[in-house]
Formats: sequence, structure tokens, C-alpha cells
Amino acid sequence: MAMEKDLNPNSPRIRKLRENSYPNTPTSRMSNNNNQRDNHYQNIPNSPRDYNYTPSSPTARFRHRRRSNEIPAEVNRCNVSKVSNLLLGDKNKYKSMWIRTCSSLWMLGGVLFIIYMGHLYIWAMVVVIQIFMARELFFLLRRAHEERRLPGFRLLNWHFFFTAMLFVYGRILQQQLVNTVSTDRFIYKLVSGLIKYQMVICYFLYIAGFMWFILTLKTKMYKYQFGQYAWTHMILIVVFTQSSFTVANIFEGIFWFLLPAALIAMNDVAAYFFGFYFGKTPLIKLSPKKTWEGFIGASVATTISAFFFANILGQFQWLTCPRKDLSTGWLYCDPGPLFRPEYYPLPSWIVPFFPWKEISILPVQWHAFSLGLFASVIAPFGGFFASGFKRAFKIKDFGDSIPGHGGFTDRMDCQMVMAVFAYIYIQSFIVHQDYSVQTILDQISRSLGHEEQKMLYLKLGDILRPKLQGE
Amino acid sequence: MQKENAGDAPSAPTTRVRHRKRNSDVGSGAGKANGSHLLVNDSKKYKSFLVRAYSTFWMIGGFALIVYLGHLYITAMVVVIQIFMARELFNLLRKTHEDKQLPGFRLLNWHFFFTAMLFVYGRILSQRLANTVTPDKVLYRLVTSLIKYHMAICYSLYISGFVWFILTLKKKMYKYQFGQYAWTHMILIVVFTQSSFTVANIFEGIFWFLLPASLIVINDIFAYICGFFFGRTPLIKLSPKKTWEGFIGASITTMISAFLLANLMGRFLWLTCPREDLSTGWLHCDPGPLFKQETHALPGWISDRFPWKEISILLVQWHALCLGLFASIIAPFGGFFASGFKRAFKVKDFGDSIPGHGGITDRMDCQMVMAVFAYIYHQSFVVPDILSADKLLDQIITSLTLEEQQALFVKLGQMLQEKFVGS
Repeated sequence: MAMEKDLNPNSPRIRKLRENSYPNTPTSRMSNNNNQRDNHYQNIPNSPRDYNYTPSSPTARFRHRRRSNEIPAEVNRCNVSKVSNLLLGDKNKYKSMWIRTCSSLWMLGGVLFIIYMGHLYIWAMVVVIQIFMARELFFLLRRAHEERRLPGFRLLNWHFFFTAMLFVYGRILQQQLVNTVSTDRFIYKLVSGLIKYQMVICYFLYIAGFMWFILTLKTKMYKYQFGQYAWTHMILIVVFTQSSFTVANIFEGIFWFLLPAALIAMNDVAAYFFGFYFGKTPLIKLSPKKTWEGFIGASVATTISAFFFANILGQFQWLTCPRKDLSTGWLYCDPGPLFRPEYYPLPSWIVPFFPWKEISILPVQWHAFSLGLFASVIAPFGGFFASGFKRAFKIKDFGDSIPGHGGFTDRMDCQMVMAVFAYIYIQSFIVHQDYSVQTILDQISRSLGHEEQKMLYLKLGDILRPKLQGE
Repeated sequence: MQKENAGDAPSAPTTRVRHRKRNSDVGSGAGKANGSHLLVNDSKKYKSFLVRAYSTFWMIGGFALIVYLGHLYITAMVVVIQIFMARELFNLLRKTHEDKQLPGFRLLNWHFFFTAMLFVYGRILSQRLANTVTPDKVLYRLVTSLIKYHMAICYSLYISGFVWFILTLKKKMYKYQFGQYAWTHMILIVVFTQSSFTVANIFEGIFWFLLPASLIVINDIFAYICGFFFGRTPLIKLSPKKTWEGFIGASITTMISAFLLANLMGRFLWLTCPREDLSTGWLHCDPGPLFKQETHALPGWISDRFPWKEISILLVQWHALCLGLFASIIAPFGGFFASGFKRAFKVKDFGDSIPGHGGITDRMDCQMVMAVFAYIYHQSFVVPDILSADKLLDQIITSLTLEEQQALFVKLGQMLQEKFVGS
């Protein structure tokens, strides 16, 4: 590689880089490969690359710094770019861009196909992504410590994962599940019984895991085990909050899943290209490759494209209709006032230039503005969080499933923040639901059987009718 | 009571031995931690027993007073306990050296605490808050709109804390800061889950808060007493003071007293009526089928010996048996968890607010597990028993406005329609 020849350890530039770069990078001693992913897990015991190793004496530190000099081209490129005009000055960036573009296109194609297939398949995709993310994060946790002396700990992690899955999807898809199985009497009873006691079942599964954890505490390993327990909880919370909200959004209408996700992807791509061509001022110490020019350019681009993209997406009923059950067929519905186009006549000075006399705007496009604004300004903080996390625990990437991008968690870090925001935005500003009405409806559907619900409905009708007629 | 500091862990073997020898000179509490002394064999146990008994009586007295005062005051007490617990736990894992370099980091903890408080109590008490301000039109409108945007408000507060955290990340302190962030979340989750469920139980009827809490206290006391007199076989390595005799004796006693205590408490309307708003006045209500007395005739061989011909049993006493079973068998694991935690991080007690007992978290460790179970049990097994179509209808008529009732009617119709179409 062209850059390798410059690695004279004593040149002032490289010494300055060494001071800037962080020691203990768990990268391998092989410095001549372009594949920056497969050395991620090499952990030679008791070597300076070890996670816990911090040299204490000054000479050891100096030796340590000299050894970390042998870093592969990619990381070095990172630091060199920091010094000399970031991505702009990088000769090998075209190759890495090509790899990234290839895998991006593949991911995009896959996602489009799944969207065409429907809500249930998107849900399955979310679950698969979630399993991969959890696996990456659990694996990271283990890599750092001596878990071979604790058999069954991995099983405990997956036990909690399964409990969380049951709990979260049971709550969100309750109504859909009940609506799907109305046909068969026996399964209906089974499912409604499961839903009724869902909290108890999940709670006892959790308590079983809790007791199992306590009974397997080993002397001298308490701290490690408690740390693992806490991190397992944090991982599951992070992974499940966003995926559960994503699934809730999907069943509200694929539009509400697709638009935020597309905005994040667009923001990423736009930031990359703006940084590629114009990037000069570094944005934040945490992510040295990001620049202010990329950030601002991407913000503007994202907000504007949110507006137009919402218009395009809002025209398909497949995307805008909510799904009330777990079927996979085609959807027909009244999309609601948000997706009905409103026509505004264009001001007279534009009319001579363009053939259109008026433009149609869907009211949802104004909401898309807010989504775009959030996606470009706040969602990148999810990426900074992930960078800081990797920096804190001295890992290069969360995994290596996707060539050019790292692991699933690397791709999903901003998506996670966005999914939660989208869900809360939708519940607060778009879906007009009355909390008290909703709680009573929940109680009705949970506690009463079908016949009792019909009886309640009739009685309520009897009571309301004279009041309505009286007015 | 002696308390080791978090950083007080000697590394070389000789210092460790010296450290242990120092411990054995100390009062009876610390000596237990090192293994072979059971309560039965300790000569200083009577003194520590007196200290514990004294503070226990004060706690019970204060608690009884607050229960008498009412739901709102109990909630206030829970909130105060929660703040103290959070403070103890936040302080536990702080390292003073790193903290000096990070001004404003503690403030971040309290910011998340405040956000969590707003979120959790907003969700639980929103309906009751709305019911309290119904007479006043302006306030009612304000409150309902706050409730509507409640999630959005809490989310923005959380996100601002998140952004603040990222912007204050300092080089070379990343690991410490991320660790603290994770611990803050864990602490808040632990503290708020149980206190929110406790408050939800309170407003369902003080009975559902008082019974589980008393069962835990009874279990603790009887485990102590049984261990005091009979304890020989150690129960678990984590808590060397606990014995199998204490455990089993306490289980039996707890279940019996659950049965009887439920009968005693179930007679008071003050304890059994749910509170629908945030007022503090006296309560009148129809307690429901659970608290109606059923008289069973005693079998012949008992009625010959005793003057009573029949006994009255409240249906709720059978539920109380389940609560007692859980309180004696599973809730102690909360105590083991806390012991293991203290052992892992080499802390003697979470704090020192209560003489003879340690900090507030030490007292609340089993209560936390019990509160969550009580809430889930109540929601799953008690509420469906007492909810019927008529009761729901009453609730709809009384607590919803006319527009809301109409909206409910329409939505219920849609729901039933979808089921019809499906079937």
C-alpha cells in the first residue's frame, strides 16, 4: 500500500500521529491488508493488545507506543485524514467507497424486496436484525473477560432475550394477534388466555432467570457476574426498545417505518458525499471523520428530501394503511385526512416557468419536515454514542457481518434513536388517541369475553342514545 | 456498625490477613461477613438485637402513622424513600478521583432521575390527576393536554440528557463515563419499577400495598427469630447469617400470618377501597366480592373443643396465601442479590441512614421484588375477578365525558366489527 512507506517511526509527523491516536487498538500486527474487519477479535493473551493492559512505567509506555505504530492502513488513514483535510486528501478512499456502495446497494435492494412482501415479513426482518445485534453485543461483552469459567452464562443471556421478546411483542401485537385468530374457537381461547396472563408468564420467566443468576454466583467472580448481568439488561433494553417501537410503527402503516429509516440512510449518504467533496472542519472529537460541512449539507438535503419523499410514499395505499391483524394479503382502507392531497395554487410568478398550475401537498409532508429535522440534527448523536462506546471499550467495530460497514449495530445505531422518536411523535401528534378511552378499551378487551363485550356495547348504546337524542 | 469503603480492598495476601484480623475485633455485625459465625454462636448478638429492635419499632410506628394519614402521604413517603435509595446507589459507584474532572456529571444523574419520575408517575397517576381537577374547566384542559403530550415531553427531556452526556464525553474518561451512564440507567430502572408499582398498588387500595410490605417484614423478623433460636445449617454462601431453619420457619409463619392478616386488614374500608383521585378525605365504597365475608361451618371435631361454630373467611385470604408463599420463598432472593452485589463491590452496607440496619436500600431490597410481584398478581388475577361488564359500564359512565363515551362507543363497535368480519 502506498501509505505504508511513510511509516518511519521517527518522523515528526508519525510521532505526532502516534500521540493523537489511541493506544491499545486491538488491531493485528499485520499491517498490509485492506480488510479491516477480520482482525477484530484477535486477542493475544497478556500482550499489549489485551483489553485490560495498561502499561504503568514510562519506558513500558514508550515501548507500547512504538509497537502500536504497526497499525494497518485503514486506521492510519483515519489519523492521517484528520491531520490533512480528512477524507478529501485520502487516496484510498475510492476503494473503500466502492465497497461501501456495493454493500449499501445490496442492503437497499433487500429492504425494498421485504417491504414489497409486507408487514409480517418486515417484522420478521426486524426480529432477525435484532437477534444479530444482540448476538454481536453479547459477544463483545464476553470477549473482554474470562467467561470460560462460567458455564451456562450464555444461556442465561438468551433466556433473558427470549423473555424480553415475549414481553415486548406480546404487548405490541396483542390486538393484531387477537384479530387474527378469531376464526378458530380453540386457538382463540388459547391466545386470549395467553394474552390475559402475558405479564405473569413473562414475570415468572424473568424471576426464574433472576434466581438462576443468583444461584450460579461464584465466589471471586461476583463483580464480573454482576457487571455482565447489568450489561445484559442494558443491551436488551437498547435492542428491544427500538425494535418494539419499529414494529409498532410498521403495523401503524409501513410509511411510518419506511420514512424515518430512509431519512437516516439519506442523511448518512448525504453526509458522506458532502464530506467527501467539501469536508474541512472536524465536527466532534468522537468521530474524527465527520465534518461540519457534511453535517449541515446533509441536514438541508435531508429535510428537503423528507418533504418530497413523503409525497411519493404517501400515494401508495400499501404503505399508508394500518394493518389490523397478522395477515399478509393486500390492504384496502381509507388512508385518513393526513394522506389526502390538498391543492395549492402556485403563485403567479412561478406559473409561466412550469407547466403545473397548482401543487398538491399531502398534510403528512409537514410532519415529514419534523422527522427530517430530527433525523439530521439529533439522530447522529446515536452514531456519536456508538463511536464513544467503541472508543471507551477499545473496539473497532461491533461486528463484521457487513463488508465495508462493520456489524449490524454499526448500521443501526442512528436508526435506533430515530425509531423511538418516530414512535413517540406518531403517538403524540398523529394518532389522536384519548388515553382514558384507550385504557378502558384495553380493560374491556382484556377482561371481558366476546359475549360480554357485545352486551356492554348494547347497554352503552342504550344509555347513550337518549342522551344524544336529547340534544 | 463498621462500614468498609468501596476502595478498601487490599491486594497483597499479607494485608488481606491483617484486614481480616481487624474485622474480627470489630462489633458483631462485621464479623459475620467473613463466614463461620452464625447468629446462634455469637455472644454479642443480644446487643445488636436491641439496636435492631429499637430502630424496627420506630420504623413500624412511623409507617403506621403514615398509613393512617392516607394514600397521598404514603405516595409521598414512597417518593422520599426512592430519592434516598437513588442517592445511596448513585454514591456507591462514584470514584471521587474521576468525578473531580467531570463537573456537572452528578447533575446529569439527577436530570435522568427527574425525567424518570415525571414519566412513571405521569403514567400511573394521570387518570387520577384528571379526576381531581374535573370541576375546574381550565385546569382540566391543561391537565388533559399535558397527559396527551406526556410521552413527548419525557422523551425530549431524556434526549436532551442523552445529547448532554455525549457532548460532555472527555478523552481518557470514556470508559468511566459510559460505565456511570449504564449504572445510572440500571439504578433508575430498579428504583422506579418497584416504586411505580408500589404507588399503583396504593391507589388500588392500601390493602394491596400494606399486605405485601407487612409480609416481607414478618418474614424478615421471623427468619431472624428462628435463626436466633434454632439456626444451625447455613442456607447460601452469599449470606452466611441465614440458615435453613430460619428460612423454613419463616415461610410457615409468613403464610399463616398472611392468611390471618388479610382477614384483619380486609375489614377496614380505608384499606380496601381504591382511590380514584388525589384527594385525602375519607373513603366510602362497595369493597367488592373479594372482601365479602363468607362463613364456613367448622367441622364437628373442632367445634366441640372451641366456642366458635363457624369461621368467616374473606375470599381475599386465598390470594393472600399466594402472596405469602411468594414473600417467603422468592422475595428473599432480592436480599441475596443485594448481598451478592455488596460482596461484589466490597461494600458493607448501601448506606448508614438506619442504625442497626444499614441504609434504606438494605431494607428495601426484598420489598422491591415483592412490590413488582404484588402489582403483577393484582393486575392478572385480582382485577379480572372483580371486573365485570356492569362495573366497567359504571366506570365508563362516571369517569368519561359524553364525547369520550361516544368515542368509546364508536371504537368498541369497530373492534367488535373486526372480530365479526374475522370470524
